Amino acid sequence: MIRLEPRLAPSRTMMWGTPVLAVIATMIAGGILFAILGKNPVEAIWTIFVDPILDPYSRDELFVKAAPLVLIAIGLSFGFRAGIWNIGAEGQFIVGAIAGAAVGLAFYGTPAIWLLPLMALAGMAAGTFWAMIPAFLKVRYNANEILVSLMLVYVADQLLRAMVAGPLRNPAGFNFPESRLFHDSAVLPLLQGMPGLTQYTRVHLGVLIALILVPLAWVLLRKHVLGFNIQVMGSAPRAARFSGVRPSSIVYICLGLSGALAGLAGLFEVAGPAGQLVPALPQGYGFTAIIVAFLGRLNPLGILAAGLVMALTYIGGENAQLDLNLPRAAISVFQGMLLFFLLGLDILVRYRIRFGARGIAQ
Amino acid sequence: MMDVIGLSADLSLVTALSYLLSVLLPTMIIAATPLVLASTGELVVEKSGVLNLGVEGMMIMGAVVGFIVAVESGTPVAGFVVAALAGALLALIFGFLTQVLLSNQVATGLALTLFGLGLAALMGQTYTGIRPPQTTRLDIPEVSNFPILGDMLFSYDWIVYFALALVGAVWWFLNHTRPGLVLRAVGENHDAAHALGYRVITIRLAAIAFGGACAGMGGAYLSLVRVPNWSEGMTAGIGWIALAIVVFASWKPGRVIIGAWLFGGVTILQINIQAANLNILAIAAIVLALVTVVMIAFNLRTKSRQGWIRVAFLGALALLGWAMALTWPDFRLDSAYLSMTPYLTTIVVLVAISGDRTRAALNAPASLGRVFHASN
Amino acid sequence: MLLDISGLRKAYPGVVANDDVAFDIAPGEVHALLGENGAGKSTLVKMIYGLVQPDAGHMRLHGRDYAPTSPKDARAAGVSMVFQHFSLFEALSVRENIALGLDEAVAPRTLSDRIRTVSRDYGLPLDPDRLIGDLSVGERQRVEIVRCLLQDPRLLIMDEPTSVLTPQEVETLFDTLRLLSKRGVAILYISHKLDEIRVLCDRATILRGGKVVATCLPRDETPRSLAEMMIGTTLADPPVRRAIPGRTLLKLTGLSLPTDDPFGVTLSGIDLTLRAGEVTGIAGVAGNGQDELVAVLSGEALVEAGMIRFDNAPIGTLGPNRRRSLGLLSAPEERLGHAAAPEMSLTDNTMLTGRVRQRLSTQGFLKWNVAANFARAVIAQFDVRTPGVDTPARALSGGNLQKFVIGREVMQKPRVLVVNQPTWGVDAAAAAAIRQSLRDLAATGASVLVISQDLDELMEMSDQFAVIAGGRLSATRPAGSISIEEIGRMMGGGEAA
Repeated sequence: MIRLEPRLAPSRTMMWGTPVLAVIATMIAGGILFAILGKNPVEAIWTIFVDPILDPYSRDELFVKAAPLVLIAIGLSFGFRAGIWNIGAEGQFIVGAIAGAAVGLAFYGTPAIWLLPLMALAGMAAGTFWAMIPAFLKVRYNANEILVSLMLVYVADQLLRAMVAGPLRNPAGFNFPESRLFHDSAVLPLLQGMPGLTQYTRVHLGVLIALILVPLAWVLLRKHVLGFNIQVMGSAPRAARFSGVRPSSIVYICLGLSGALAGLAGLFEVAGPAGQLVPALPQGYGFTAIIVAFLGRLNPLGILAAGLVMALTYIGGENAQLDLNLPRAAISVFQGMLLFFLLGLDILVRYRIRFGARGIAQ
Repeated sequence: MMDVIGLSADLSLVTALSYLLSVLLPTMIIAATPLVLASTGELVVEKSGVLNLGVEGMMIMGAVVGFIVAVESGTPVAGFVVAALAGALLALIFGFLTQVLLSNQVATGLALTLFGLGLAALMGQTYTGIRPPQTTRLDIPEVSNFPILGDMLFSYDWIVYFALALVGAVWWFLNHTRPGLVLRAVGENHDAAHALGYRVITIRLAAIAFGGACAGMGGAYLSLVRVPNWSEGMTAGIGWIALAIVVFASWKPGRVIIGAWLFGGVTILQINIQAANLNILAIAAIVLALVTVVMIAFNLRTKSRQGWIRVAFLGALALLGWAMALTWPDFRLDSAYLSMTPYLTTIVVLVAISGDRTRAALNAPASLGRVFHASN
Repeated sequence: MLLDISGLRKAYPGVVANDDVAFDIAPGEVHALLGENGAGKSTLVKMIYGLVQPDAGHMRLHGRDYAPTSPKDARAAGVSMVFQHFSLFEALSVRENIALGLDEAVAPRTLSDRIRTVSRDYGLPLDPDRLIGDLSVGERQRVEIVRCLLQDPRLLIMDEPTSVLTPQEVETLFDTLRLLSKRGVAILYISHKLDEIRVLCDRATILRGGKVVATCLPRDETPRSLAEMMIGTTLADPPVRRAIPGRTLLKLTGLSLPTDDPFGVTLSGIDLTLRAGEVTGIAGVAGNGQDELVAVLSGEALVEAGMIRFDNAPIGTLGPNRRRSLGLLSAPEERLGHAAAPEMSLTDNTMLTGRVRQRLSTQGFLKWNVAANFARAVIAQFDVRTPGVDTPARALSGGNLQKFVIGREVMQKPRVLVVNQPTWGVDAAAAAAIRQSLRDLAATGASVLVISQDLDELMEMSDQFAVIAGGRLSATRPAGSISIEEIGRMMGGGEAA
């Protein structure tokens, strides 16, 4: 018989070992899935997990994909630590993109250095506002933030459609539902010439900003009273109140922070790789970032690593789509499995697994 | 008046009313049926003290599996049965993770949704654009042909009646049977239930599987009857709305039907307004006027001062809307804004229901979402 | 013999809970099981009730082998149990709760009738249709007892049944138990209240460190001799202390706080004055507003500014940290999850309440080294047994964690310290140490407010004394001017004569 025995203290080894184990288990289960789909499992796993690292162009793309995931996941991780479940980062990402794009288009043709910062501010403000709706409704009316933030994803998606079909539509675009291409000073500069990057890299300034935010978030979490209060709130809400934390302010801060970062990620996407506002802009980063946050153990440094791993599955998945004719949806299954394995293996952190029967009267 | 709304002027009130009752009402009930099924299942799960946020994932799995089986076998019944099994199976992954491996229920429910959406897309790839075999309707010639009433009451397929019967059965089970009492007790205080010798984990796993089966059937109803065809991501948040309906219903089975019909109504109205290209200002004014009337009726009983202020405010808003509609009779809104209404309604309803903390605390199962581990 | 136990052993990782335990119970006997917290009493009764299976040893019931693998087995064999923390469901009715405890289904109406009959029979009036959440603690215990009686048990196990009752309710309970015993039902009575055991029980088995150390006739023993058997050492009398109260530090005037919790308690019209150098005791049955009162004092619940005055300044609207910086500190009852965050380390838990007064942060940036040093100081000063400051709070035993929690507040040199149930569930040695530290604190000129259900503790410690019942506080009286009977009446909601 197998049984679970609680550990006195969570195991540090397992804390960082289980994400690795989960990735390995996902590779194995994914291999089986690919075999069922009639693909060579070894080749598929190689294409997804190894090829992108070996190829310099794919390597650059890894950073481009990882940046929004890391940004959003860092924001979400604060809320998840406090037990505040913002599931609507995708919506905050979308409104961030819309607001940023609107500012960029409003100043269309203006060659100004302040335009990008202004767009970034607009994106963050819009994301924050969108996240403040569930925060306010939770604090004031006790409404479940999971459901409200999620409903707002669908609302944001429709808002995007309305915008590209209406106010933000390209006037010279034959009624096509998309905005015009941004002019140069509304597009994030590329980091060409940075050591390690290729000549045709798409790595942009936003990637650098995401990288800079990682250590800042770590300091906030570990060294600042705000990070401490957030952790206490999630670990023991009554103890948090006793220590002087106001639950409502934590709700506002966590949702506001994750909204701002998701909005910023949306702006980076629209002013970076996309270069214009299109209905197909949201690609589920807001949802994938949830997996990234957990895979990175809700720790900014871990999230950076997890974001790169998850970006790998995106880039590798695209390659596999082209090379092996692997269905696009297989990658979503892959990501879902990863989260399952991670959550399942989590038990090793707090419990020891014991084999053998319990003692019975002899 | 018809002009302002955007309906042709020669439309008589009688035609409009009979259209409402014999066409709109039945489509609304059909639109509500997936929600009735999924919410009832989730209600049982939550009554046992488990929060499964994976309804969306289980529904879309039911949708794709039910569709595939119905198309391949040619019998919709087989589709529904296998969809229920698939939903239950997927739910049991959640059950295993949360009940045996003690994982966080919120995170695991999310994982279930992400996984289900991906797997369904993968399975359904070659099935887009196909029409499924038709699900049999309850057809009693004597009554089904009766004008209006026949359409209103007897024009549906068997699942609609099954769903309503299921709600009744769940109500009876929870309130009038011993296993139902045990299930409620487990959801109320799992430690006490364990101390009395009840198998908390087994009972919860059974509830989770039931919830999954219901969600699976609800999903199959989407792809086999409501739409009917298969497309990726076709659940479009219905699973999440089902979760909101459980809150709206204050964990009472009968109210699930009201909640589901409300959302079905909003969805269908919204689609019809989009299709008919009506003046949204006029529609908004009419809806506001209706709400005002309901609030007046409500206020005649409670007679609160604040209530009358609200009535006055809403009434003024309705009049303003009508005035605006008269000023701009050609006002038309992008259909995307109308597509937001079911989601916005969900938020409004959640807020209205959750505001009363005392009542919410009394009805919600006290152990909801808490991890149980028998430490003896 | 009704129940005969021999050689019973149960080990958990790192601890042997029961080792070679043997004793027996005769039909109709009231048998006491006596021991400190952690002596192995609960493990033993859990084995008898089938919740836990022994590693070794034998049990015989009615002369037949008895090895229950579930409470259901135990109940079928005629063994019932009333838990210390009731296994009741607040949102369900009395009838539904009792139905859940029965192994066969009974029609609702029949069951209601049987509940009324049995409860009348044993002097335990109950209305089957009321919700548990609306009942007092005493009434809830009745539900548990009636649930057991409906099964017609031969052996009734009672785990610390009087810890939540007023002295009058205790009398009623004892009458019921004596009636049961007269009708041939054996009772296994677990307690550490020595007076009760001497009044009620026919025989006593004393456990220490998981082993039976003595079996005796409690009537022939003194409370002191029983306590010494239980603890294993001789007891010293606490030193007598006479405080001369100083100036007023904290004053509550007409303090009221409505509750929005359907099962919570509303505080109303509370007046109280705390003076320097004085220990104030507040007695009361659990759930009469103690938690709410502590929340109001700690700043977790806010009231009108003037309702609470500290050094004559109104502070009712200040949050916990503002009050801490003034010198008003508190330690709530629930150690795990309220006074301390269970999953977090002792250093983290020091930061939890020590940040403001011990200056553990600058500009919001935390000084973890200073916090760890303060945690080490608390551990050393209060003899907290723990591997180190990185250990999570939940890994500490109840007594050690309580010493840490009290020590953390005492060492911040509070001017007023509020503690709720400071020694609840704590072993005798730790309890003595905690009481001594609170007395020492008062001797330095601080004012200490102790809220407790343990009357002996309050009588021993307090300079002045009040009773809380139904969210109202009685007038304070000097200790020694009030009898136990009077206190009992006040705890039941009546005013003192």
